[in-house]
Amino acid sequence: MSSIAIPAGMPQYDDVPRYDVARVRADFPILDREINGHPLVYLDSANTSHKPRQVLDVLAEHYARHNANVSRSVHTLGTEATEAYEGARAKIAAFINAPSVDEVVFTKNSTEAINLVAYAFSNASLRPDADPRFRIGPGDEIVISEMEHHSNIVPWQLLAERTGATLRWFPLTEQGRLDESGLDDLVTERTKIVSLVHTSNILGTINATARITQRVREVGALLLLDCSQSVPHLPMDVVDYDADFIAFTGHKMCGPTGIGVLWGRAELLAAMPPVLGGGSMIETVTMARSTFAAPPARFEAGTPPIAEAVALGAAVDYLSGVGMRAIQWHEKELTAYALDALATVPGLRIFGPTVPVGRGGTISFALADVHPHDVGQVLDSLGVQVRVGHHCAKPVCTRFGVPATTRASFYLYTTTAEIDALVAGLEQVRKVFG
Amino acid sequence: MQLESLYQEIILDHYKHPHGRGLRDTAVPGARVGEAHHVNPTCGDEITVRVATDGTVFTDISYDGMGCSISQASASVLHELLRGRAADDAAVVHEAFVELMSGRGQVTPDEDVLGDGVAFAGVARYPARVKCALLSWMAFKDAAARAGVGVSPTEVKA
Repeated sequence: MSSIAIPAGMPQYDDVPRYDVARVRADFPILDREINGHPLVYLDSANTSHKPRQVLDVLAEHYARHNANVSRSVHTLGTEATEAYEGARAKIAAFINAPSVDEVVFTKNSTEAINLVAYAFSNASLRPDADPRFRIGPGDEIVISEMEHHSNIVPWQLLAERTGATLRWFPLTEQGRLDESGLDDLVTERTKIVSLVHTSNILGTINATARITQRVREVGALLLLDCSQSVPHLPMDVVDYDADFIAFTGHKMCGPTGIGVLWGRAELLAAMPPVLGGGSMIETVTMARSTFAAPPARFEAGTPPIAEAVALGAAVDYLSGVGMRAIQWHEKELTAYALDALATVPGLRIFGPTVPVGRGGTISFALADVHPHDVGQVLDSLGVQVRVGHHCAKPVCTRFGVPATTRASFYLYTTTAEIDALVAGLEQVRKVFG
Repeated sequence: MQLESLYQEIILDHYKHPHGRGLRDTAVPGARVGEAHHVNPTCGDEITVRVATDGTVFTDISYDGMGCSISQASASVLHELLRGRAADDAAVVHEAFVELMSGRGQVTPDEDVLGDGVAFAGVARYPARVKCALLSWMAFKDAAARAGVGVSPTEVKA
């Protein structure tokens, strides 16, 4: 047997961090299920991920043993609940390398996180004394891209409508990457904020942000990265990315639904007016007016999703235990395997990058002219769970001239055998609709 | 096997060889025309249904759209079943189809009323697909109302 040696001094194959996928799978009770008489093949983690027992246990344990409201009780349970909630915030801050724990604002999901920033802009625009970076009106511009999830389009459309600002966007290349050729004309002194998806939920593209960040700094705008599909899948370092805000959601990273995060630079959060008013977000209240707490409390009005936050902290512990570098590498290998395997299916067209570079483990495709609903239905009959439709990214579908796509997406528990099951299932689709 | 109850031969045949597809202008002078465009926002499927009526009979039902096999086959069956029918008859068929699709698989369809529409009985067991099957039927109802002919009071529960 011959082998090719990697020269000394180069990264060696064994340097890649790895983990035992079978052991990871054993942590996820749902992966034992059968669907329509077949073993579950879950290829929809970009939609929502499954939850390991370690997270489910923490969720149940919180309600069973430590349930109380946070930030307002002197009793023991209230103290335990508050410590658990704030402890989760600290874990999440460390997970994304936030310089301060107070930069982590708990929200319902990414959608709410993005809306929070958009509404902070319009609220600031009504106050003459607000920080000028958040004041926006006619002549000002908001820049997004054609690759966005609807949650990073609609809030900005609404902000533009409310304030008279103009919405502009980066187009896409045929390969499904951001077309940055017009960067200097698109991002200008008129730009107040650039809000971009980091990893596309439909194309899988991971956007290189360095040039855009540099331009954003040149013109004095703000940068928000929608990291809903990044934070679950790769090591995220908000300092290294030099963003102003990032948004992500718990349920796509082994945590529960109902909990998400807005991370923002401390001095920016401090300059933002409140969005939701109510309990917990105040400093003092009189009948005439109120003053507000410092971030993050300023943006967390009302009783928050306490158990969900605590369980998200457990999810972060779990992911860190496996190792984000190792998860990233596992998914890179799966993506390369899947791109090769899908290329063998006659009539299959991939939307987005067809090489496993600058992309994550989310692959959208068309199978000849079979409608994605029909593809998904046949795959479901074989236990293979994929998402079909426009994936809340209709402009991407329009860009590529299709009403919908079929999407397979991977995570730390996905195996190459599951990709084989997908390919076999696509053969069955071809038989039914051939 | 369950999948076969969903994708009956009849459905696949209507999908691959749709009947009466394409929007047509009416050839009948003085006919009233109504049109409706419906979209299924969850999947992006679209259909436009156009009806022409002399006030009593649907002299033509034409349609165009894009979508899955269920939604497109259902439009073809709609055309087959209701074109040339009196409005009163059409209302009976429409109501029977909506009842079948809302029945979660518990309704036994009457082939005398529904013709090829009985093939959709299996679809009713897939809640995610009921809207696909009803897309053209709901567009037809609106189109008929716009042409001044009421069809069915039945609301969709699915």
